[in-house]
Amino acid sequence: MKIGRVIGRVVSTQKVESLEGVKLLLVQPLDENLQNVGDAIVAADTIQSNVGQLIYYETSKEASRVIETRMNPCDAAIMGIIDDMFVEEKK
Amino acid sequence: MILGKVIGNVVSTVKAKGYESKKILIVQPVDAGGNAKGKSFLAIDAVQAGVGDTVIIIEEGNSARDVIKEKESYTIKTVIAGIVDEVNLQ
Repeated sequence: MKIGRVIGRVVSTQKVESLEGVKLLLVQPLDENLQNVGDAIVAADTIQSNVGQLIYYETSKEASRVIETRMNPCDAAIMGIIDDMFVEEKK
Repeated sequence: MILGKVIGNVVSTVKAKGYESKKILIVQPVDAGGNAKGKSFLAIDAVQAGVGDTVIIIEEGNSARDVIKEKESYTIKTVIAGIVDEVNLQ
């Protein structure tokens, strides 16, 4: 899992059947100090997260399993909303 | 499996199915000498690890679910599967 921040909503009308009704959000990956890492990705959301929230997401096959349709083409999904986090200071 | 160091934890209330009541830790991958290497990520804790521990991390779904052993854990991919006591380098 990786940390990310929801930076936008993705609206898509023409999409594959198994993604119908699935909320798609644009997520900016972050490191433990909340600095941007790499480019934003599109992730499926089943837990009603919103723009601005800090979340964690999972990639690969496990991501598609949050959607109830079997065998759907999804490679990133939001797994939870981060309320708080603690990071040990570097020595 | 890779070696990593636990550098923090994450508190989360709203979670996807399968993640309920699981402890989530922030881990930093380390090389054989214990120096940080690569980007940090989050992992589900299965062995009661804590901040500062060097751990073994599995980043593969089927093995991870084998560790968690729960029916609803089909969305979990990254788990901490062991705490490293010491690494002997030849």
